[in-house]
Amino acid sequence: MAGGVVDDRRSIPHEGLLEVRGLTKVFGSLRACDHIDLTIAKGEIHALLGENGAGKSTLVKMLFGSLEPASGEIRWKGQPVRIGSPGEARRLGIGMVFQHFSLFDALTAAENIALSLDRETPIGAIATRARELSAAYGLPLDPFALVGDLSVGERQRIEIIRCLLQEPELIILDEPTSVLTPQEADRLFETLERLRGEGKSILYISHRLEEVKRLCDCATVLRHGKVVASCDPRKETAASLARMMVGNEVMAVVRDVAADTGKGEVLLQIEGLSRKPAGPFSVPLRDISLSVHAGEVIGIAGVAGNGQGEFFEAVSGEVQQDRPEVVRIRGRAAGRLGISARRLLGAAFVPEERLGHGAVPAMRLSENLLLSRFRTDAKAFLAAIGVIQSSAVTTAARRVVADMDVRKSAENPEAAALSGGNLQKFIIGRELDRKPAVMVVNQPTWGVDAGAAARIRQALIDLARAGSAVLVISQDLDELFEISDAIAVMHNGKLSAPIPRAEATYERIGLLMGGAEPGHAVREPA
Amino acid sequence: MRLELSKRPQHSKLFSILSPFLALALTLVAGAILFALLGKNPGTALYYYFIDPLTGLWDPDNRWQLHELAIKAAPLILIAVGLSVCFQSNNWNIGAEGQFIAGAAAGSFLPVVFPEFQSWIVLPLMLLMGIAGGMAYAAIPAILKVRFNTNEILTSLMLVYVAQLFNDWLVRGPWRNPQGMSFPGTVRFHEYAILPQIWPDSGRAHWGFVFALIAAVAVWFMMSRTLKGFEVRVLGQSRRAGRFAGFSSARMVFFAFLLSGALAGLAGICEVAGPIEHLNEKISIGYGFTAIIVAFLGRLNPLGIVAAGLVLALTYLGGEAAQISIGVSDKVVRAFQGTILFFVLACDTLIHYRVRLVSGKATTSGEAAHGNV
Repeated sequence: MAGGVVDDRRSIPHEGLLEVRGLTKVFGSLRACDHIDLTIAKGEIHALLGENGAGKSTLVKMLFGSLEPASGEIRWKGQPVRIGSPGEARRLGIGMVFQHFSLFDALTAAENIALSLDRETPIGAIATRARELSAAYGLPLDPFALVGDLSVGERQRIEIIRCLLQEPELIILDEPTSVLTPQEADRLFETLERLRGEGKSILYISHRLEEVKRLCDCATVLRHGKVVASCDPRKETAASLARMMVGNEVMAVVRDVAADTGKGEVLLQIEGLSRKPAGPFSVPLRDISLSVHAGEVIGIAGVAGNGQGEFFEAVSGEVQQDRPEVVRIRGRAAGRLGISARRLLGAAFVPEERLGHGAVPAMRLSENLLLSRFRTDAKAFLAAIGVIQSSAVTTAARRVVADMDVRKSAENPEAAALSGGNLQKFIIGRELDRKPAVMVVNQPTWGVDAGAAARIRQALIDLARAGSAVLVISQDLDELFEISDAIAVMHNGKLSAPIPRAEATYERIGLLMGGAEPGHAVREPA
Repeated sequence: MRLELSKRPQHSKLFSILSPFLALALTLVAGAILFALLGKNPGTALYYYFIDPLTGLWDPDNRWQLHELAIKAAPLILIAVGLSVCFQSNNWNIGAEGQFIAGAAAGSFLPVVFPEFQSWIVLPLMLLMGIAGGMAYAAIPAILKVRFNTNEILTSLMLVYVAQLFNDWLVRGPWRNPQGMSFPGTVRFHEYAILPQIWPDSGRAHWGFVFALIAAVAVWFMMSRTLKGFEVRVLGQSRRAGRFAGFSSARMVFFAFLLSGALAGLAGICEVAGPIEHLNEKISIGYGFTAIIVAFLGRLNPLGIVAAGLVLALTYLGGEAAQISIGVSDKVVRAFQGTILFFVLACDTLIHYRVRLVSGKATTSGEAAHGNV
């Protein structure tokens, strides 16, 4: 277990409803869950805390029967059980409310509930029962309303009522508040407390520290697939919980401190960027402002799904803004420009998804080079009436491959034939080859092996040192600490002020990631 | 116990090329079985179906049959070339039949309504109006898709029936030939409104076939050599990557529909100004639908489509020949065409997937490859 972690795991708790011992799940070489122990008592709200990739979802999928554990034991009311499918989990008395709902917009609430029931129950009876439940648990809901007309919070209520109709003893809630307004969240908490009062147990998955402290009796913290702590969150501070979540291993990387030559001019400026949510599960952006200077790497930390994808789309121009001056690239107002025009101003972009966003899987590397550069390099790559100069494109692709040491099996293979790390090197190299003045990268080394990751980070630092402005959005705190001159945190569509590298600590960043107000992000005595 | 399709890690390049030929061979086998079940000699039937219409290749007396082949192939190739662009951009225009009729009706406007306007300019104007008619009709599903997010498969298909009924009303009502003894149909076009034949001495094949070849080569060049073709393929394979590149998928919907509508409209006006020489209620023998088969049999490649168009044209001629000589129903043509499409799609599926017989319960796996573990 990684160093210096609070560990006051209670040895034998009273009457465990669900006990998990040594549960392990392996995907290839990744141990998504590594000997997890967990005990959920009757009538408690148990928090499962952890960063993205810590193994929360994998654990829950095993408990709900949609993944099979490699080894380990699950005991339900003291009896060892094998949960082969979600149906079996439901029969045992385990219910689950998913983060992303599975409802039909064109059907009413009651019809959606009827779809999930095994028995032939008349809609009228379901509606009556749903009304009773919604009254009993303070979940106001009209069973005959069309789902398409309902808010996200109301849709979640349908899922919860659907779950309650099965009369479960353990309810698993996966990030239930991530899509709710604060008021809707408060209402949900009242419902959960009422359920606890009736002796039902709840497994509450979240990375929001304040609500875990407020609501939960017990917390299990996962990191890199292992249980690193179990504690009583009410006795912890948000800071200590954050420390358990992100760890506090000593950094081994030393970065040159060349940034003290004074700040260069602002090359990328974002001022008052707001965006309404594009769909029911996307996060609105709220009044984001940020400046990136020449020669600087700014990192944006945050748990996935807090608006990073929406922010990237807005900055890249895949989605345009209402006013031109919201985004400025090299001083020019670019808010009303599309992605090609922003590229022409000297910006380059690397999205999070490699296949299907940054590259077309079934197209060759040379064609994928053209994908982001046909406009900026039109003189070299295109002749009259848009005829592609394939020899020029192929030469450029070869140059990128050599510069970034992309390993491939054929001369000009399809993008999908490359490993993740090599394709990412190519996609980053494709932009670096242009020597962009502004580079915006979302998750530069996500799912990339260590060697390729180091190469990519070095390339980004080198680009900044050569006088460009680099903005890196990443969930990997280690990475951000390694390459950034300052780190800002995105939480729920808001961006904190950048914290200079010298003042940033894992604890401080972790606290902001958990939703603490930027104002009182004070350093706490260890 | 159930059948499961699992993706092959690598698909054979050889079989990708062989696939259409394999499909044709399997269609012949299925056809032989079909004829045997109908009580006909499969050998004779297949001869009349697929060989007899081609005797013009070596027998000068039958050269006219090759012209008939070109007449049938011209609209198939024109329409399928447009559809190939549409399908590659992931827009599913199933309504080429309607756009064909719309083009035919729009182009017929001049010779029918202004028969006294006779000049060399009439034919070029008719062709342009035919193209415009097809484009306008194809714009309807495009607008519906972009503006209201409707499914273009349904809207374009339903608009076919609207076009058929509208055309039916035209030729029975306002545009009916007063001297036509109450038969539905317009007056016969005057000589300036007739699409000339290529070699009048040897047969009836008209310039529509030349237009088809030009369209095929032009679209092939666009798709394989130009940025526009690149844009079509990128947006067809991944809308998100297309948006990242700076391409607009809404504009692509219009481009694809208007291009395929234009070519279907041109095919329509060539058909009425060419072999039919007037507008009537049954100008199409399902060209718009058969062209979908042509597009897939030609592997969405315009040059492949030229070959595939000739093959499908052969089924029309063969159907007529077999009807006369061995007395099978003309419905057999449809059965044949459907069988070809079935085998083309089946071959393609089996090249990319393997079929496994799975017993026991389902297991879920592979979800964790997704990051949000």
